[in-house]
Amino acid sequence: MSEILEVQDLKRYFLKNKAVDGVSFKVKKGICFGLLGPNGAGKTTTIEMLEGIVEPTSGKILYQGKVIDKHIYHQLGIQFQHTALQDHLTVMETLKMFSAFYEKTLPIKDLISLCQLDEFVNQDHRKLSGGQKQRLLLALALINDPQLVFLDEPTTGLDPHSRRLFWDLVNKIKSQGKTILLTTHYMDEAESLCDEIAIMDKGKIIALDRPEVLLQQNFSGALIKLPKQNIDASENNEKVVKQFNIQFVQQSAQIQSLEIQTTLVELIEQGVSLEGLQVKSANLDDLFLKLTGHGLEGVNHV
Amino acid sequence: MFKRFLAVLIARNHEFFRDRAALGWNLIFPVLLVVGFAFIFSGDGKTLYKIGVLADPLQASSNHQLLELKHIEFVTYDEKLFAMNKLRQHKIDLLVDFSRETYWVNQSSNSGYIAEKLLLGSSKNYQRMAVEGKEIRYLDWVVPGILGMNMMFSCLFGVGYVIVRYRKNSVLKRLHATPLKPIEFLTAQVCSRLLIVMTLSTSIFIGCNWIFDFYILGSLIDLFIIALLGTVSLISLGLLIAARSESEEFTGGMLNVASWPMMMLSGVWFSLEGSPEFIQILAQFIPLTHMLEAARAIMLDGASLWQVKQHIIALLIMTATFLISGSLLFRWQGQAR
Repeated sequence: MSEILEVQDLKRYFLKNKAVDGVSFKVKKGICFGLLGPNGAGKTTTIEMLEGIVEPTSGKILYQGKVIDKHIYHQLGIQFQHTALQDHLTVMETLKMFSAFYEKTLPIKDLISLCQLDEFVNQDHRKLSGGQKQRLLLALALINDPQLVFLDEPTTGLDPHSRRLFWDLVNKIKSQGKTILLTTHYMDEAESLCDEIAIMDKGKIIALDRPEVLLQQNFSGALIKLPKQNIDASENNEKVVKQFNIQFVQQSAQIQSLEIQTTLVELIEQGVSLEGLQVKSANLDDLFLKLTGHGLEGVNHV
Repeated sequence: MFKRFLAVLIARNHEFFRDRAALGWNLIFPVLLVVGFAFIFSGDGKTLYKIGVLADPLQASSNHQLLELKHIEFVTYDEKLFAMNKLRQHKIDLLVDFSRETYWVNQSSNSGYIAEKLLLGSSKNYQRMAVEGKEIRYLDWVVPGILGMNMMFSCLFGVGYVIVRYRKNSVLKRLHATPLKPIEFLTAQVCSRLLIVMTLSTSIFIGCNWIFDFYILGSLIDLFIIALLGTVSLISLGLLIAARSESEEFTGGMLNVASWPMMMLSGVWFSLEGSPEFIQILAQFIPLTHMLEAARAIMLDGASLWQVKQHIIALLIMTATFLISGSLLFRWQGQAR
């Protein structure tokens, strides 16, 4: 599979603040590529440089092997994290206005159907719910039939049902052969939608691969989670930490184990209480916590 | 290019005409002002007679008894034709040429009759010349000012505020991500506001003229052209003010900085004749001054476009300056995400 997008050592500094500090990655055609990280990680700045909205301090962006320029930017599909539309326009009028901006467009009827906007075409877009509005913004992003679509935190603030509906839409778009670059701080969203992910923290990419590969590389077996205080309360706590190679993440003690039952018995033998025990397979949240040592601060999980 | 321009123009027009509160206020406010002024100034509130005196190189008037009368204002004119026009419009009650012992009186002026009697009380041999002319009420004089002021607010705030709001809530950011060019967007904003302001102002003028029968000597088409040029100039000023900012508070302040001096120094409410020279010079740098002076010259003096060419040139220069500066300074995005 050939690359549609290649980013080489991209940087964006705002005075002393290194918002994006040397980011490099490649996006293959037809996949959903996720840019993950907490608020302030540099995801939006990165994506806005790729969209041509923010000027990079340095670095190179290649689209289908060519250095990206103003003409190419207009071939992209863009859904911003925060955006507004002109007031007092219906859904249909808004779609028609954006359709007029491009030479080549998808039929509005098809977009309405794809984004499930049929019921709202004659409604003032300001009266749409959060999920409906995001679907309209997605329709606007697709109006020029782009090969590469940027979705910047499209489900932030949506209820679980609306998020699922949006995920279905993203999968439909992907099945049409379009490439999607998605930023999100929802790890479950990335696990559900992304074929490849890059985890960003403090302006840098700290992990880059397929989600399952990253999980295999960083976790073996299941993940046993206990409250940190359970380990602290044990008489042999120093020995326990070494024996089970415990990682403390915030107030949680994490143990990777191939033999869950044996590990639990050994913990009891060392006087560790199993109150508040959780056993689960590792996910991207765990991966992020392990790699960064901190959580997704300020993020409201749905 | 035209397709994109038209799409933004239509969207902006929908946005304005569907905002019923804004539309209603834009229609009602100037009508209320015109009706209010018609009501307030309907009576004859003058306590003084105003007598025009033609320049008197022979000093024939130096000891004339008429000039010693109290409660009469005397205004000296160098040009007879100009002074005659003032008399026809009832702006003065009598015009006297002391050196030729001649006077002119407007036959339809009640005050003129009294002023004539006062003159004849001291100079029975003066030759009488009669003129005709409909009275210019204060309302006739002030109506271009009221409409001009309303157009100014509509242009400055209707364009300036809207663009800053678009920038602040990222409407411009979304448009920037499309092939829409700044010139297409800005031209659409100018044309949309021009259409809105001219439609509303023309309707208000026609409606009020039907009720109050304004004094209109000149061509209505010329008047429309001046209003059009003035409106484009004021819209361009609005675009310039809103070219970069994303703060509604700051832009509101800037728009006030632009609009208040215009309201006070452009002759909206009172003539600048007799004001300090620096005020009159300052007023020449304000587009509304040129729009109002040209409009009044056409309406009240029957001037042609050629006769108000200095105002037209000033408006064109200002429009070009504001538009070019606005386009060069224009920024789609603010600093906020």
